[in-house]
Amino acid sequence: MRFFEYEAREIVKRAGIPVTDYGFTTDAAEAKTIAERIGGPTVIKSQVLTGGRMKAGGVKFADTPEEASQHAADILELEINGHWPRGVLVDPKAEVKQEYYAGVVWDGTAKKPLMLFSDMGGIDIEQVAEEHPDHVGRGHFSPLQPFSDYQAKQVIAAAGVTGKALQRATPILARLARLFLENDMLLAEINPLAELHDGTFVALDAHMEMEDEGMVRQKGLIKALGIAPEEGTREGHTPTPFEEAVKAIDAADHRGVIQGKDTGFHGNIGLVIGAGGGSLTLTDAVRQQGGKPANYSEIGGNPSVAKACGLAKEVLNKDGVEKIAVMMSIVSNTRVDIVARGVIKACLELGKDPGETIAIFRIPGAWEEEGFKILDKYGIEYCDRSVSLWDAAGRAVAKIQGEAA
Amino acid sequence: MSILIDENTTFIIQGITGREAVNLTRECLDYGSKIVGGVTPGRKGREVHGVPVFDTIEQVIEHNGGAIPDGSVVTVPPAGTRDAVFEALAAGIKTIVIVTERIPRRDVAAMVEYADQQGARIIGPNCLGLIVPGVAKMGGIGGPAKNAEQAYQPGSVGVMSRSGGMTTEISSTLTAAGLGVSTAVSIGGDAIIGSTYAELMPYFEADPQTEAIVIYTEPGGRMEAQLSAWVKENNSRLPIIAFMAGKFMDDEEMQGMSFGHAGTIVEGKEDSATEKIARLQEAGIPVVERIDEIPDLVKAKIAERSAA
Repeated sequence: MRFFEYEAREIVKRAGIPVTDYGFTTDAAEAKTIAERIGGPTVIKSQVLTGGRMKAGGVKFADTPEEASQHAADILELEINGHWPRGVLVDPKAEVKQEYYAGVVWDGTAKKPLMLFSDMGGIDIEQVAEEHPDHVGRGHFSPLQPFSDYQAKQVIAAAGVTGKALQRATPILARLARLFLENDMLLAEINPLAELHDGTFVALDAHMEMEDEGMVRQKGLIKALGIAPEEGTREGHTPTPFEEAVKAIDAADHRGVIQGKDTGFHGNIGLVIGAGGGSLTLTDAVRQQGGKPANYSEIGGNPSVAKACGLAKEVLNKDGVEKIAVMMSIVSNTRVDIVARGVIKACLELGKDPGETIAIFRIPGAWEEEGFKILDKYGIEYCDRSVSLWDAAGRAVAKIQGEAA
Repeated sequence: MSILIDENTTFIIQGITGREAVNLTRECLDYGSKIVGGVTPGRKGREVHGVPVFDTIEQVIEHNGGAIPDGSVVTVPPAGTRDAVFEALAAGIKTIVIVTERIPRRDVAAMVEYADQQGARIIGPNCLGLIVPGVAKMGGIGGPAKNAEQAYQPGSVGVMSRSGGMTTEISSTLTAAGLGVSTAVSIGGDAIIGSTYAELMPYFEADPQTEAIVIYTEPGGRMEAQLSAWVKENNSRLPIIAFMAGKFMDDEEMQGMSFGHAGTIVEGKEDSATEKIARLQEAGIPVVERIDEIPDLVKAKIAERSAA
């Protein structure tokens, strides 16, 4: 789950990390009130879940409350990379002596969280790591043992930072490391972390991402941030009607799992495929043989006839889809006969001939004899495990696109 | 021979009274596996296909005259998995298969660290377990005994796969070609897993039955880069052949989306299919376009090595 900057700052603040006296609003008049309270130059920042807002004009500087209000009005009307802002953040313009970077991510190879710290803040950390490796400190920490501040200190010292700055930054990175684990984050980043002229440190921007799997036990935090459950995981894209429909069918009963995606797919080959790895393999196989899939899908576990039928219907209802290919890698949990019944039912309910509409059925495995009997009855072309995933996909491409061409 | 389990391996099922665990118990027993008990808190005194159910692992061990089981298959829901695995590790169980999906990374990382401390090995999470054809299986891999027998025949190829279903598809192809399988491991589809390709390679290396390795890989993570590094550093006797699924995810329109398994989320350029294929090939691991090309290439590679 992704967070807006104003939420990420709130998370940082709750962990005891100093932040500026900012305010969040969806209203230009209120932006003025916030700027008046701050009393001095401010920065108005668009609150969007996308990068590049500085370049797009989503960050502006104001000297007076009136100017802050005007900028807020403009930014609230500014679409950035297809995203409308949730609101604006009115932030005091800080007089910065030095910018730092503090971040925590997962290292999948080491299987541990990894702290990163640099005295070259304000820019992309990957770029700093590439160009100035001696300015980046790194250190893993245990997900099992209690965290101790010296671990953060080592990382900051390794970036070449010493003196007062080292002492001030240590508790900040330590708190960031703790909040990362405690809040099931995938990414917790303060960039820039600013050292002001009086030597104090303050977070000027924060970026947080929570693991979807952790959301169940982070309900309290999500609620405290004022995030409605309907917002879900805030995926990178808005679900299409097809994606919404498949999700609803899946949620209707608990047997098996179906998924469907069509964002980025523009072809006419309807894919009713599974399971996880099989779907990836089959989508590649269709495309590599010149086929243009209309969608991606996954059948997993042992779905009911209704679920398999629902998925097939949604695929067939997509614009330009006349035929579907029903294919899976060898199944041991999913029942071949149940999927066969489901896809046939979908054709019949839509007034289509199953033998014409199902270009190929390649699902070998559990209950295949029963499944093949039903497929025979409707004159559907099917094959067993002796026909590879590649060849099955090839037949689908030839039958569906060969005719169209 | 085999890796991790053999004909004498005893194991328990944690969460044995769940619907899928009941099926899995039946399948493993039919295949010849030795299940010495099951655990579901509050269900002591029941039986699942003749396997006695207990409240704690301690009770299982007591029931078996103090014998610690070699392994455990963990099927409890995500919120309880960490505790269940800790219980197994504390009891001295050394091989743990975690079937459960959707476990937060924090918990997985903690379980892995504790397992390291205890000298134990975790397979999964989000996996179907492992199978030694004709000998034993630990987990749902291959399905009912008769289906497992059809796809998995004993042979010379070790299989490791991030997809449970594709473990069976690849093994079936190897079986049909007369090569067969020494041990097949469904290593799991998550971003952090107990045992990666590189971490299992030394086991296959030490298994005289294994003459070649086939891996199934996907976008996301750095596991393939880790394997490439292992191959370069260790003069392995085993040729490795890889298959990469999900190449379509490299398309610009698919950026930031995850397909198939949780672990396929691409978090950096190095995680993409294109980059991974380049890394593997650089280390001398051929990446085939199609599953059905695998058997001939395996045969050629084995012949190459024995001629050298």
